[in-house]
Amino acid sequence: MSTLPLWADILVSLLLLLGASLALIGGIGLLKLDTFYKRIHAPSIITCGATVVIVLASMLYFSVKGGRFTIHEILIAVFVICTTPVTLMLLGRAALYRDRLENRAPAVAKDGDTTRQP
Amino acid sequence: MILPIALFLAQGMLAFALLFACIRMMRGPRAQDRVLALDTAYVVSMLLLMTLGIQTGTVFFFEASLVIAILGFVATVALAKFLMRGEVIE
Repeated sequence: MSTLPLWADILVSLLLLLGASLALIGGIGLLKLDTFYKRIHAPSIITCGATVVIVLASMLYFSVKGGRFTIHEILIAVFVICTTPVTLMLLGRAALYRDRLENRAPAVAKDGDTTRQP
Repeated sequence: MILPIALFLAQGMLAFALLFACIRMMRGPRAQDRVLALDTAYVVSMLLLMTLGIQTGTVFFFEASLVIAILGFVATVALAKFLMRGEVIE
């Protein structure tokens, strides 16, 4: 590990600790919330907050260390931010479909959002 | 230098987040909870690999975390489709 100037050291450390704290908050929320529809909101803190902050820390570290502008980590942030709503929406719809199928089975056929009956 | 201490603390917190996701994956009452916890574990392990890249100072971990992000997206979409329809490719 090469040495960084002090301001970059402090800034990278603060960004890393902030990102890891956000990830820990998301993990605690995933563990502690009681229903699935509350629980599906907890990983958004990780994918939207912690990923962006740790990507910023990595970009800053490699830019200062290499002496040139390094922004290829932004690809990860863009990809994660674009794909997380898609996965969570699909997962929420699948969970809603399964809940409707178990609790109110006759109402499912009227809604028209199913193609396959059990 | 305070960066090694911050890296150690950040990796510890990310490891605890990964542990909580694994506990939820083992304990989850239904299948969608387990899929959600698997998606969270993918993202947290990607972040952990990124902090490992900062620790070692090499850019090789960037490609590994990009591959993990893509595989996590594809795996979660396939599992959600499996939960919804009962089959992945129809």
